[in-house]
Amino acid sequence: MKKILNEMKLRLPAKSVNESVARSCISAFIAEANPTVEELCDLRCAVSEAVTNCIVHAYRDCTGEGYYIYISVRLYESREVSVEVSDNGCGIENIELARTPMFTTGEPNERCGMGFLVMDNFTDSLTVKSRVGKGTSVLMRKILSPVSTGEK
Amino acid sequence: MEKEIITFSHSGPSLIARISCEIDHHTAGRLRSRIDRELFSSRPQLLRIDFGEVRFMDSSGIALILGRVESAGAVGAKVHLEGLSPTLFKLVRLSGIERIKNLTVSP
Repeated sequence: MKKILNEMKLRLPAKSVNESVARSCISAFIAEANPTVEELCDLRCAVSEAVTNCIVHAYRDCTGEGYYIYISVRLYESREVSVEVSDNGCGIENIELARTPMFTTGEPNERCGMGFLVMDNFTDSLTVKSRVGKGTSVLMRKILSPVSTGEK
Repeated sequence: MEKEIITFSHSGPSLIARISCEIDHHTAGRLRSRIDRELFSSRPQLLRIDFGEVRFMDSSGIALILGRVESAGAVGAKVHLEGLSPTLFKLVRLSGIERIKNLTVSP
C-alpha cells in the first residue's frame, strides 16, 4: 500500500472561471511537497487542460445545476502526486482518436486539439476512462523530484 | 475597476499587443476579439505579441496564437511572439507552432 500524506477533493461548477480556481487549489495543495517551479507549472497546465475539457467538451459549455467537475488529488509519501478529474458529461466515443494530437471536435478558432497532448507530456502517466452518456475520468500521475539536501 | 487584460501600442509598422493576464479558455475569447479588432483597424505589417507579463498559459493560448496568425494574414501581416518565459516556451515547443509560416518566436 502506498502511504498517503495528504488528499483533497473539489467539486466545482463547470464554469470557465473555475479553470483558474482549480489551478490555484492544485498549487496550494502541492506547495508543502516543495515541487520545482517546472513541476508546479506542468501540473497546473495539465489540470487546466483537464478542467477545460470538462467544460468545453463533456458539458458543451452548459452551466448550472448538475454540471460539476470533480477533482481528487493525492500526495503520497513516495512524492507521487495523483490528480483525477472527472465529469458526468457526454463521454468520449473514441478515446484513441480524442488523444490524437491536433484532433479536436471543438471550435477550430478556439481549440487546437492539444489538451491530452499536454496532459500526457507534462505528467508521468495519463489514464483516460470514458463511457458515452455517462462521463469521463482522467487520471494523471506525476512523481516529484527529491527535495535537494542543501535545502533548509 | 477590472484589471486590463491587454494593452496595445504602435512602433512604426508594428502593432504591439502586451498581454497581462493568465491565458486559458476563460480569457482567450476576450483576448481574441480585442486583438482582432485592433488588428483590423490599424492594419500593421507585423503583429508583435508580448508575453512578458503572462504568468500562465495552456493550450488555449496556442489556439489563440494560431488564430491570430490567420487573422493577421488576412490584413497581410506577420506575427512575432516575444517575452516567453521558459514555461511558456516549453508549451510553444510542444505544439510545434514555431515552424509555422509567417510566425517567428524569440524568448
